[in-house]
Amino acid sequence: MLKDQDRIFTNIYGMHDPFLAGAESRGDWDGTKELLAKGRDWVVDTVKESGLRGRGGAGFGTGLKWSFMPKESDGRPHYLVVNADEGEPGTCKDREILRHDPHKLVEGCLVASFAIGANAAYIYVRGEFYRETEALQRAIDEAYEAGLIGKDACGSGWDFDCYIHRGMGAYICGEETALIESMEGKKGQPRLKPPFPANAGLYGCPSTVNNVESIAVAPTILRRGADWFAGFGRANNTGTKLFNISGHVEQPCTVEEEMSVPLKELIEKHAGGVRGGWDNLLAIIPGGASVPCLPKGICDSVLMDFDSLKEQQSGLGTAAIMVMDKSTDIVAAIARLSAFYKHESCGQCTPCREGTGWMSRMMQRMVAGNASIDEIDLLEQVTRQVEGHTICALGDAAAWPIQGLIRHFRPELESRIEQAKKNAAA
Amino acid sequence: MPKLTIDGIEVEVDDGLTVLQACEIAGREIPRFCYHERLSVAGNCRMCLVEMERAPKPIASCAMPVGDGMVITTNSETIQKARKGVMEFLLINHPLDCPICDQGGECDLQDQAMSFGGDRSRYAEEKRAVKDKNLGPLVSTTMTRCIHCTRCIRFATEIAGVPELGATGRGEHMEVGTYVEKTLSSELSGNIIDLCPVGALTSKPYAFNARPWELKKTESIDVMDALGANISVDTRGAEVLRIVPRNNDDVNEEWISDKTRFACDGLRRQRLDQPYVRKDGNLQPASWEEAFAAIAEKVKGTSGNKIAALAGDQADCESMYALKELLSALGSSNIDCCQDGSSMGGERSSYLFNSGVNGIEEADAILIVGSNPRLESPVLNTRIRKRYLQGGVQIALIGEEADLTYKHDYLGAGPDTLGDVASGSNAFAQVLKDASHPMIIVGAGALARSDGDAVLGAARKIAEDTGMISGEWNGFNVLQNAASRVGGLDLGFVPGDGSVGTAEILSGAMDVVYLLGADEIPVAELANSFVVYQGHHGDAGAHQADVILPGAAYTEKNATYVNLEGRAQRTQLASFPVGEAKEDWAIIRALSQELGQTLPFDSLAELRAKMIAATPSLGNIDEVTPAEWGAFGSDGQMSSDAFVNPIENFFMTDPISRASSTMAACTSARVQSTRARTGTHG
Repeated sequence: MLKDQDRIFTNIYGMHDPFLAGAESRGDWDGTKELLAKGRDWVVDTVKESGLRGRGGAGFGTGLKWSFMPKESDGRPHYLVVNADEGEPGTCKDREILRHDPHKLVEGCLVASFAIGANAAYIYVRGEFYRETEALQRAIDEAYEAGLIGKDACGSGWDFDCYIHRGMGAYICGEETALIESMEGKKGQPRLKPPFPANAGLYGCPSTVNNVESIAVAPTILRRGADWFAGFGRANNTGTKLFNISGHVEQPCTVEEEMSVPLKELIEKHAGGVRGGWDNLLAIIPGGASVPCLPKGICDSVLMDFDSLKEQQSGLGTAAIMVMDKSTDIVAAIARLSAFYKHESCGQCTPCREGTGWMSRMMQRMVAGNASIDEIDLLEQVTRQVEGHTICALGDAAAWPIQGLIRHFRPELESRIEQAKKNAAA
Repeated sequence: MPKLTIDGIEVEVDDGLTVLQACEIAGREIPRFCYHERLSVAGNCRMCLVEMERAPKPIASCAMPVGDGMVITTNSETIQKARKGVMEFLLINHPLDCPICDQGGECDLQDQAMSFGGDRSRYAEEKRAVKDKNLGPLVSTTMTRCIHCTRCIRFATEIAGVPELGATGRGEHMEVGTYVEKTLSSELSGNIIDLCPVGALTSKPYAFNARPWELKKTESIDVMDALGANISVDTRGAEVLRIVPRNNDDVNEEWISDKTRFACDGLRRQRLDQPYVRKDGNLQPASWEEAFAAIAEKVKGTSGNKIAALAGDQADCESMYALKELLSALGSSNIDCCQDGSSMGGERSSYLFNSGVNGIEEADAILIVGSNPRLESPVLNTRIRKRYLQGGVQIALIGEEADLTYKHDYLGAGPDTLGDVASGSNAFAQVLKDASHPMIIVGAGALARSDGDAVLGAARKIAEDTGMISGEWNGFNVLQNAASRVGGLDLGFVPGDGSVGTAEILSGAMDVVYLLGADEIPVAELANSFVVYQGHHGDAGAHQADVILPGAAYTEKNATYVNLEGRAQRTQLASFPVGEAKEDWAIIRALSQELGQTLPFDSLAELRAKMIAATPSLGNIDEVTPAEWGAFGSDGQMSSDAFVNPIENFFMTDPISRASSTMAACTSARVQSTRARTGTHG
């Protein structure tokens, strides 16, 4: 279990002052100038060595991503774009940072921008986060006033501006290129890659898009050292992480823990255990709505990190753990997710636009058992036809939960169909 | 140059190509819907997926730039499956109403479903239905058929320059439309019909007229403006049912204007299908013999210097050559092919679009004088816009200010501003001087004024002073707006020494006036002349005529036209002239016999041989014959009147389009809709 002195987010529950005085007392903005004085390459290398993998879901190495930015500007400005459009169902970690520890993010924006040669950062905040935006804006204003950002930020000689852009409530705008399109004032639709944002991103300029948590942990990593951060978790899955536990647990919560913590331990220690005891567990979605669910058998032993969950054909995603006990109608739960993806598909590319509607409608019928047994195979084939054939990952995200359901709960689907047939005959 | 391996075949291709293009070079056809080589890449249909070594998922070949050492597989089982999957998705919400769909037989979706579609539907859910949109009198919509490829959106935004189409809604509720329902305001809107890979956008005037396999396609040339767009005339029996573009990268790429495409219904109305002779003040039907006799009677008593001929905007080279020879035999050189009254002619470089249409793409500074290219040649205007979108070009306009679909500096309204540029006192003169490929585009309307020669002289001075004329670059361009004009000028269909031109002919001084399809003139001025009208429509000229000789429209004859850049091109006979009408050169040849001045050719081939001997450039088919730079124009005083664009209503500029009900519908929908509506409307 993570020791208190190793926690990065020490005000995640908002027990203390979220703003400048409080933040400084928790160590934020401490020696930022000296960190920057060590140079751009040092910052990138340190983050690389720490093994920090992007906290937004895909788990791409943050330091590596920063290193893709051009070393010298070709005349175009560089931009840092922070993805605070926290839309993944079940996820509620970024909002805690925004409202309770906003200075971690602002300071992170400064060091990350410095590392990628950007003089401006844009934070795309989910539109529903109204009070969170207020808190973040206050933190930015405070930082400007204190000379921590703006011209010659922290006295480092680096000019840095930080802006907030509010979203309008589309899930797809959390995809990095759709977010850029949205920020440019266009319809939020993912772009084709290549070119990647590091070559042509916001307004066609080299840009890096990072999750709030990835950025917010960066200053602490620099201060306490790459080895300290790399000391947590397993190899290739290092560091600490905010986990969101929701659903049928005694105490739903957001908690910072070491990576690779066993799922069972995480739930029992921090969330008060599954409602009605561990044996009452039916399934867990371990990483936000878009990853396949895991049945109890796997939950008994799986570790909460990228590689362990991948081995189990699921994923860490945003580490939003949704716990379902045996009272849950698992088919209806997944059908609800399918309806969500149908609603949120941007409509740009064919497999996702057409496939999400098809999958959702079939799932609705599966809930009532109004289908035939071979339609389960058809549904599975449709998910395979969507997966991997789309512009962005939303197609995959819509396919995976259904694949997980069929993989682990096929008997449940079949028995419903049989039961419905019997009922109809009677 | 990157080397790729495509299905085991090694190919070396140019840098900057996409994998899809490389596959085509390697002889592998990749199915596609959204990809179109003249539009930006959308990559949204997902039909063109291929496998790339080391890529975890299939890639969209249309969007992936080629790289050295790429290994591409286009025919693996994974790819076949992926394509079948995409096809199935496209079809689940497609109505499959091919039997009642106008696209049937020329539908990309239909064709590719033959290769990748399943034999039955696995989709048991409800299908999507989308409300149709009203896009005006030209484009018919059945939006349920839309597969959201966004080609039409990209065309409107990128090529046509009117960003009126877009997608609203998300996911399966995404709809293509004009946001607020309205008529498309582009002169090129018909091209979205060709671009649409399914039957969502089809031609409204052509709706349910024919199936493509019933049509005979005849490759021909458009005469609605001077660009000479390459077209295919699609006929069934004697009727021209539609006109579609042909690809010609040097001229129209693959676009045509709405007038070119949709005016063809005018070929069925107001036609002159037999000769007429005026008796007792009224035009009476007559036989060819009677008509010729009436002309012969009048001409025989008239001296040559009282006979004149005017050629209209759609006259072909063969008939102009024959008419010129005939008048010369009658002792007259009172001929003019500029019915707008301009005094063009002489030095060939003075009336050509010398840089060529392709030259526009090299220009880095363009001065447009007295012209609205968007109306005078919409397809040529797309080239200017294309150049504009590439960046690094400055465009300025002198004349009537208009939305040209690209940003331009507005310098002024009249010749005074032109004079300032010529004298160097206007700042744009410096821009032209600094450019490596400066260009001036002078509208034909600016040269048709009484001070046209002085305007030409000023334009010429600008060209020479700003370095537009060099060994390999000639940036002096005249934007003609009549299809016959360059051919007529090449033939020398202009007043000879001591003879009179359009202005004098129209002053009523001539005893006999022969109008070869000339309608856009004040015909009432000819009340005292004996007027012979040879043409295909009962338009202004025919109303004033004493004898009407029914001729052939451009779809009904084999004829040569020279486009504005000096490119000789030939139309082909797609259907026969209506009723007793004949091909125009043959009418003149027959008349010459009646007049006792038999012309020395008995067939089109003989005529052409003689015509080409006299004007060799007309034998240079499909090629531009460039012109030498020479002296032209005058230093005379320009009037201070502002330039006026010659085209007021784009949709009605010639006898065919004036007879077209589609063009009339466009006029009321687009031109007149801009007029203020009163409280009693609707």
